[in-house]
Amino acid sequence: MDLHFGDSKPTDEERAAIDGLLGPPESSWEGAARDETGAADLRWARGGREARERRDLLLPGLHAVNDRIGWISEGALDYLCRRLTVPPAEAYGVATFYAMFSVKPRPATVLHVCTDLACAAAGAAELCAGVEARLGPGSGVGVERGPCLGLCERAPAVLAVRAGDPVRTAVSAPTTVARAAETASAPGSAPEEPPPAFAVPQAGDPSLVLLSRVGVVDPASLDDYRAHGGYAALRRAFALGPAGVIREVTDAGLVGRGGAAFPTGRKWQATASQPDRPHYLVCNADESEPGTFKDRVVMEGDPYALVEAMTIAAYAVGAHKGYLYLRGEYPRALRRMEHAIGQARARGLLGEDVLGQGYAFDIEIRRGAGAYICGEETALFNSIEGYRGEPRSKPPFPVEKGLFGKPTAENNVETLVNVLPILTRGAEAYAAIGTPGSTGPKLYCVSGSVDRPGIYELPFGATLGELLESAGVREGLRAVLLGGAAGGFVRPDELDIPLTFEGTRAAGTTLGSGVVMAFDDTVPLPRLLLRIAEFFRDESCGQCVPCRVGTVRQEEALHRIAERRGAAAADDVALLREVGRAMRDASICGLGQTAWNAVESAIDRLGAYE
Amino acid sequence: MTAIPLGVPRRLVEFTLDGQEVRVPEGSTILDACRAAGKEVPTLCQGDTLTPKNACRVCVVELEGARTLVPACSRKAEAGMEVRTDTERARHSRKVVIELLASSVDLSTTPEVAGWIKEYEAKPDRFGPGAARLDEEPKIDNGLYVRDYDKCILCYKCVDACGDQWQNTFAISVSGRGFDARIAVEHDAPLTDSACVYCGNCIEVCPTGALSFRSEFDMRAAGTWDESAQTETTTVCAYCGVGCNLTLHVQDNEIVKVTSPHDNPVTHGNLCIKGRFGYQHVQNRD
Repeated sequence: MDLHFGDSKPTDEERAAIDGLLGPPESSWEGAARDETGAADLRWARGGREARERRDLLLPGLHAVNDRIGWISEGALDYLCRRLTVPPAEAYGVATFYAMFSVKPRPATVLHVCTDLACAAAGAAELCAGVEARLGPGSGVGVERGPCLGLCERAPAVLAVRAGDPVRTAVSAPTTVARAAETASAPGSAPEEPPPAFAVPQAGDPSLVLLSRVGVVDPASLDDYRAHGGYAALRRAFALGPAGVIREVTDAGLVGRGGAAFPTGRKWQATASQPDRPHYLVCNADESEPGTFKDRVVMEGDPYALVEAMTIAAYAVGAHKGYLYLRGEYPRALRRMEHAIGQARARGLLGEDVLGQGYAFDIEIRRGAGAYICGEETALFNSIEGYRGEPRSKPPFPVEKGLFGKPTAENNVETLVNVLPILTRGAEAYAAIGTPGSTGPKLYCVSGSVDRPGIYELPFGATLGELLESAGVREGLRAVLLGGAAGGFVRPDELDIPLTFEGTRAAGTTLGSGVVMAFDDTVPLPRLLLRIAEFFRDESCGQCVPCRVGTVRQEEALHRIAERRGAAAADDVALLREVGRAMRDASICGLGQTAWNAVESAIDRLGAYE
Repeated sequence: MTAIPLGVPRRLVEFTLDGQEVRVPEGSTILDACRAAGKEVPTLCQGDTLTPKNACRVCVVELEGARTLVPACSRKAEAGMEVRTDTERARHSRKVVIELLASSVDLSTTPEVAGWIKEYEAKPDRFGPGAARLDEEPKIDNGLYVRDYDKCILCYKCVDACGDQWQNTFAISVSGRGFDARIAVEHDAPLTDSACVYCGNCIEVCPTGALSFRSEFDMRAAGTWDESAQTETTTVCAYCGVGCNLTLHVQDNEIVKVTSPHDNPVTHGNLCIKGRFGYQHVQNRD
């Protein structure tokens, strides 16, 4: 590799931020000042393969600079590249890929204002305008409109990030112009967020399975977790052995809860049986689907459950290292998971000898930096490895060649926490919950025009109407978005759809990630559809043509027909269909393949432009 | 064809292509099989010397049992596959993809595209006059080559050629994302401030003319570029002892650009700055 660096130098603060992550450089080859270390230093180089294998520290390095300074300068990027032997052009490509990073100077404090569906319905546009008027150029705060912050139950929402050492973050939701401005001006003294149980209207209900501990245990206390049944599942897993665990999970009929509904037991079996080593476990906690916030609530309210579930999954697939890829917009979930992992490690529940069973496993947290596409499993691998978060083409599938090219099992948070009741209750008892085709409990993220938004846990098979009723759906329901922006709309007269994989499929829609967003007739539908199109155009990675250009053409068509109906909209609706069909057929990954779903369903089921 | 050292004999894979049984060596792609069977499948980002990124999606075909269409250029043939290359579904996707591309970038110097637009009855204009285009000025910041990203389809070939597939210089990458994604050097700087070593291997693989010799760019601007009047002569580079092959493109007794044969087993079309650009002394007539 032939690396070339420009003349840009890091400031002392930038250098300190990077050295804080990587340690001081050992030679001038990796960025130490030559005059201090002496000429002898030039006779040896630390670099080559050893340094290239640290490429995956690029994303944490970019975070380190961005956290400390608020943006990433040429000098800082070049210094980070020197330390990791990464070509500056590639690192620049990575830094410019993520929404939370900036390669241009910007204020140290950035206020992210959510403009996505639930917040839009709760008045995000007025909030943005008000905040921008209040926090003008002189305020030292950069206001950035952005996609879903995962706080839909408390819409409208803002997230303030103030760079420094340490970086300070604060969430205000539900917020007002005045509160948002206050939060941005003093993130250090912003009031504490409401506890996670606030997002679980059923909290404390003894029939809950997955959410039984949220609001009941102290999320910071490992002892409290154990007192509430924690680590019983892992003990059972060790008693069963890896093959036994996979058998239980298969018999329980667990399928992935991230949206694709792939059988978890089969994925684990396929990973476990690969001869290539090492194996990896990846927990996808990058939920960025507008309307989805269940993983955040689980991680904030019951963090040890995820640590335990990841340990069991890793044991089953033969992995000794697990990565928790956590959304960059979830500062509290990050703090809670960091604390839980640290405690578990200190108590021998992670590390060289888990529970004294001679099995080694540890978890590393990787923070995302604002990219919906990184929830796609192969894009997530690229992101961890320090490349642009572009999806890879499949085959080969992750069970064969995943993270670092090794066999990898990737599951989302909700899927993993289902493993705990499977092991504590047994596969048979678990499979008795729900329907024969969709077993177990399911989490739904209910938001929009309801009185009690939040995470609901119901056994598969409850109807959409029952769920909405318990959430207190308001008068004048116009439409329900099922499965998020990549899902589809259903009409108010379709509320008897059973919430199962087979039931939603039969009704021509999808459960997706479990989003249930209700919109009453005060919400302007065309503007909502435009927001969905804008979301996909913003979040497309740009790798393949159908998605890169198709999402733009769809948004343009929706702008053109904004308030038009019938014959006046027919040409553009036909165009949308043609482009949508090609995107579904020819895009590399699920983002492009599903980007047209919601708008299509609004046209076909809701008669959006008739 | 690239010369391939003889290895272990490869097994043959048998599958159905448009209803016909075909047999191809294991490891072949569907596109290889199509070409061996004399079928035309259009493709832009596939090249003979690089691993295709399958980003352009022009070569998609229908694979029985697959939820979506698959890219022929990178999907390996498997025994028992049933592949159809010319169905309505595949043709529809190709048509739309060509329309999307032609509506957003300048394909005037992309060979074969005009023919495909006709064949698939693509109408790039139907997205309206307000359709977003790249509309960027060519970047002319050095004497050797020009970057005209208005013609760039983001096929990643230049990135791969500059990176670990050939040159190992890593001067170019993709920056930004979505419609704003662009090929760029570090910090989006001028080429002269970048890691570029001016080997020109990126020009060699560029399928659209987004990267071109300064000589070609200037002659096109002046209206004097005339490929039909050019002759090509392959010779050996005289600068060092490696013996790279050079193909001199000559118009009106002047060398106008230098390429290199891709089937040369040593260089596969790659050259260095001297072989690619150092031809002026040959025609210095002072």
